Amino acid sequence: MFVQILFYAFSAVLVAAALGVILSRNPVHSALSLVLAFFTSAALWLLIEVEFLAIVLVLVYVGAVMVLFLFVVMMLDINVEEVRSGFTRYAGLGALTALVVIAQMVSVYWVKGLGIDATQGAPPLPADYSNTRALGEVLYTQYVYPFELAAMLLLVAIVAAIALTMRRRPGLKAQDVAKQVAVRREDRVRIVKDVGKDGAA
Amino acid sequence: MITLQHMLTLSAVLFSLSVAGIFLNRKNVILLLMCIELMLLAVNFSFVSFSRFLGDLDGQVFVFFVLTVAAAESAIGLAILVVLFRERRSINVEDLDTMKG
Repeated sequence: MFVQILFYAFSAVLVAAALGVILSRNPVHSALSLVLAFFTSAALWLLIEVEFLAIVLVLVYVGAVMVLFLFVVMMLDINVEEVRSGFTRYAGLGALTALVVIAQMVSVYWVKGLGIDATQGAPPLPADYSNTRALGEVLYTQYVYPFELAAMLLLVAIVAAIALTMRRRPGLKAQDVAKQVAVRREDRVRIVKDVGKDGAA
Repeated sequence: MITLQHMLTLSAVLFSLSVAGIFLNRKNVILLLMCIELMLLAVNFSFVSFSRFLGDLDGQVFVFFVLTVAAAESAIGLAILVVLFRERRSINVEDLDTMKG
């Protein structure tokens, strides 16, 4: 019963945060609502005993991705009013689409069923069960190649993000080592004949 | 007791809210990216619930990979956005019609 109350409380906060993301006027408020949504989701995942991913969600999303979002939102100088124009024009269509999507999904879960019994609670876990350990055992054996691919993907993303945003300003007094190494004697030194006092060679 | 239905319904509500968000904020690229993040969160919710309630860890491994790809996606998306803003001084989707024939 206590768990159920917690579930409904966190769900209410999560839905409110999602509404805050899509409805708030200021993009900074949206980003902060999204942070709240991720925190609440982590709490809900803890409620169904999925600890590792809950922690990863907080560390990766709140710690890295959302900080990046906030950084970009605050760095860009956005004209909020211009971007907000046309908001109410699509509000009805958006609400209608959302309701249709909810109705379809819920009808699949509640009315038709999934071929599985969805009304049972989660199967109980043994007392010494560790979610992190179990996940690690699968991740480093069965899924080791996808895991390495994911690492590769992150590396590519780092390189791509740096390559996209790096810019060279002209007139910057920076050292170019490659240019320095590639220089030859002829580029720098010019031998001139000694010229006498009267101009004769 | 939390059942699979509870979790899946919450996931459906979250997903459709983010779909509505894409309709509402169709001009602001940053808000579009945030709605995509919210959508991925809803999908991860479904993955985690099915994994936990059906007793199969593979779903959680999938969530792990989805998180990785989403992090890479948002990093590159925001980098593109910064470059775009530097060039055009705007993130309005309607201004981005250079490729239109």
